[in-house]
Amino acid sequence: MSYLEYTVKSVPSGLRKFAYLNWPLVLLLISVAGVGFLMLYSVAGGSFAPWAEPQMKRFGVGLVVMLMVAVVPIWFWRNMAAVAYALTIVLLILVDLIGAVGMGAQRWIDLGFMRLQPSELMKITMVMLLAAYYDWLPAKRISRPFWVITPVLLILLPTLMVLRQPDLGTALLLIIAGGGMMFLAGVHWAYFAAVLSAGVGLIVAVFQSRGTEWQLLKDYQFRRIDTFLDPASDPLGAGYHITQSKIALGSGGWTGRGFMQGTQSRLNFLPEKQTDFIFTTLAEEFGFVGGISLLTLYVLITVFCIYTALATRDRFSSLVTLGVALTFFLFFAVNMSMVMGLAPVVGVPLPLVSYGGSAMMILMVGFGLVQSAHIHRPR
Amino acid sequence: MRRSPKELQSTHRKMGRRALLLGGAQLAFAGALGMRMRYLQVDQADQFRLLAEENRINIRLIPPARGKLFDRNGAIIAQNTPSYRVVIVPEDAGDVDLILSRLSQLIELVPEDLERAQTEMRRSPPFLPITVADQINWEDVSKIAVNAPALPGITPEVGLTRVYPQGADFAHVVGYVGPVSDYDLERIDDPDQLLRIPRFQIGKVGLEAKEEDNLRGKAGAKRVEVNATGRIMRELDRREGQPGADLQLSVDAELQSYVQARLGVESASAVVIDCESGDLRAIASAPSFDPNLFVRGISVADYRELTENQYRPLANKSVQGTYPPGSTFKMVTALAGLEAGIIGADDTVYCPGHLEISGRRFHCWKRAGHGHVDLQNSIKQSCDVFYYDLALKVGIDKISAMAKKLGLGVRHDLPMSAVARGLAPDRDWKSRNYGQDWLIGDTANAAIGQGYMLTSPMQLAVMTARLATGRSIEPRLVKSVNSVEQPTGAGDPLDVNENHLRQVRRAMFSVSNDRRGTAYRSRIIEDDYRMAGKTGTSQVRNITAAERRAGVIHNRDLPWERRDHALFVDFAPYDNPKFAVAVVVEHGGGGSVAAAPIARDITLQALYGGTPPLAAYPSKDRNKIKAQQERLHRERPGSGKDGKDRA
Repeated sequence: MSYLEYTVKSVPSGLRKFAYLNWPLVLLLISVAGVGFLMLYSVAGGSFAPWAEPQMKRFGVGLVVMLMVAVVPIWFWRNMAAVAYALTIVLLILVDLIGAVGMGAQRWIDLGFMRLQPSELMKITMVMLLAAYYDWLPAKRISRPFWVITPVLLILLPTLMVLRQPDLGTALLLIIAGGGMMFLAGVHWAYFAAVLSAGVGLIVAVFQSRGTEWQLLKDYQFRRIDTFLDPASDPLGAGYHITQSKIALGSGGWTGRGFMQGTQSRLNFLPEKQTDFIFTTLAEEFGFVGGISLLTLYVLITVFCIYTALATRDRFSSLVTLGVALTFFLFFAVNMSMVMGLAPVVGVPLPLVSYGGSAMMILMVGFGLVQSAHIHRPR
Repeated sequence: MRRSPKELQSTHRKMGRRALLLGGAQLAFAGALGMRMRYLQVDQADQFRLLAEENRINIRLIPPARGKLFDRNGAIIAQNTPSYRVVIVPEDAGDVDLILSRLSQLIELVPEDLERAQTEMRRSPPFLPITVADQINWEDVSKIAVNAPALPGITPEVGLTRVYPQGADFAHVVGYVGPVSDYDLERIDDPDQLLRIPRFQIGKVGLEAKEEDNLRGKAGAKRVEVNATGRIMRELDRREGQPGADLQLSVDAELQSYVQARLGVESASAVVIDCESGDLRAIASAPSFDPNLFVRGISVADYRELTENQYRPLANKSVQGTYPPGSTFKMVTALAGLEAGIIGADDTVYCPGHLEISGRRFHCWKRAGHGHVDLQNSIKQSCDVFYYDLALKVGIDKISAMAKKLGLGVRHDLPMSAVARGLAPDRDWKSRNYGQDWLIGDTANAAIGQGYMLTSPMQLAVMTARLATGRSIEPRLVKSVNSVEQPTGAGDPLDVNENHLRQVRRAMFSVSNDRRGTAYRSRIIEDDYRMAGKTGTSQVRNITAAERRAGVIHNRDLPWERRDHALFVDFAPYDNPKFAVAVVVEHGGGGSVAAAPIARDITLQALYGGTPPLAAYPSKDRNKIKAQQERLHRERPGSGKDGKDRA
């Protein structure tokens, strides 16, 4: 559908666009971010420095960015999808080169008020690209092999680049989000069944080969997988954090110890208390009630997005909205699983709550797209 | 592209179905997260709250026992004994200064240790234990235990510490361990968690450092519950570590101790190598030091004494020291000449006491000259002119190649620190390193093991073993790891004509068995154990023409550091070589006087596997030898027991 097909006349223009924003979604986002400010204030021992204040400024910038993205017609974003994707790939290559020159660790580009990680940006631009792709592709071609392999390659390219950094968490998120997009677009389920069974088969083969002559991995690689799967076997590495995290969480009980009453010294065991492990502070101080409330807010955001996606008749808008919702879901689902000892520790932040700019900014851009789709939906 | 409304509708409906499916899955997952939260925070809340309030789960590493070191007969060279230390957990102590002042009233605290503990405390997180006193005795431990209630955060801990029962005898063979330092940690890319344990001992020097991976073992871990003061309430579970591998060395402790004693107070080195397996039976460097001093942390005064000693007790001269081999190198030149077909057994050279080479006069050690000399006599009497002449015909490149074939100027892979490569120079080397052409005079110097030529005592022993056996013997220091025998250094046959080797060996035999040989005074009488050897005296200074005219100054009249090095290499028994020996006495004077007697005594000790009978010595030396044996016996307290206390 080209933008000519949108019933442009019925789309609100000028400042009237703000009236057509999905306001409940904006309020939900603000309340989640509010929880984040509260927790960062608490983790710092009752102080806006060093985390809460910059986080609030960033969220302010994020809101403005979201509104800016939102007022731009959605068909512009669709036309820009391929460009955005290509640009992100270039950025990924660029940080790799800069990183190589600067002795390794640089994975970001300094924008002054925040450090932009192209790998984070890719989470949104890939969703945009796939949405645009399936908007353009005629329905009967969707499940033809050539038209299935093309998006697979578009997903694998950035994934492999991110994997090289190495950033396993982001790579996994990209794969799952990309696969999810293909599933939503209606690619025949047999492809997914084939990939899943091949994946399971490969994993089984790798583990079966252990100790035999045709061993597929080196011994030390197996040992790394062991620690990855069972952190308890590495009691001073990952397992240590999980134990401490579970104690903090569990000691919260029903209603928690109260705001700022969490035993901060204990959380000193966690090196990432203001980023990846911030949920433990919430769960300790506000207990099960607090934890489940945040989870509910997250679920509501996801549901709202799915609802707006289904309500619009424009394919690109629906796909982008669903993709953003899926990415958002993956953020909090992986982070919470990790903190609660259900998944290995990979560096994924709690969306809009964890301290940090990149993840928040790309999520705000994503929600900007959702808003744009909502404002400019065909009526 | 315009699409039919029908197609649009069907794809939209399909997407709707899938979106609902995926949304459902997401909801289900969120539900599972909620259930998990409930399980942790409601169902198990009491247990976790208890853990959090009263107890803490703490994970403690169990350091593995470091692998032991044995000699070839099973005598202990390095082992571990329990030692007690006191640690403080600052977080549990609260007022650290108060607790430490209370502690200092109970036991004696070293100010240096306290200072170090203070800096460590400032840098590490407050829950990590920090050592405040190390190597304390059991009495102090009990004092602390009795006063425990007044000392929150203080715990006595038992650990293992390294002990070297053989003391100085093996200091150079195995090196020593010491507490891991920041410097050590910086050099390691991915440090083992064990290294984070304060005062954990790792190999610092020598075999202890080189075989660190084998010796260290793997850490175990235990999960313990500790109460609010940091005391362990109970152990929840434990995973045993893996102790380090025990290493058996090729060295014979008895012989090593004898050699070390025989070298005595000289600045010297001696190596005994097994001609069958390449096993280093003894590898001694004198003077030595007590490695146990370093394990505890050596005092500044002791350390200064070691570093300021001009005999350099900290240097392992047997592998790190490189010396011009002097006349012990002549076998190499001779063999190179024989192999190149340039000389035969009967060819002679006339020695007038010097040789003019491109306008410069090269002297023989015997100013009057040796007259007509053949190969046999050239080695027996160590004639220099014969070798100047021969070397000019053979050329440096062939000599250098032969030296490398015999193990000089090449690195031997031994697990010791800073094993020297030595130097067997050739044209290429000089142009690379000096940018100069090789001069003919350089060849003449190299022919008699002077000039650029440098070898370590260990390399000389390897050279001798290779000459004796005709095989490319490689030295071996580690005999077995955890009772798994390591590959021997027996080596493949050298690609050298056996006849030529025999001629060189026969010449070496005459050195210490012919009345006119340079080491005749240091011969072995016992027929089964006849020795073949070669003396060497290497200059450490240039003798100018003016000096020579004034008469060469005798070594005795020179300051110690300008005297010649004394060298001797030998193998025995002559017909069936068992051991090859190399002795270097730094600035000892002439090889035949200063080095040969030591080498002979060591050779006999090795051959007899203990004190040799006086009958093996020339009859007029026997009284002197008897006195010497008695003196050494008194000086080596362990020797009387003859290794009966072996583990």
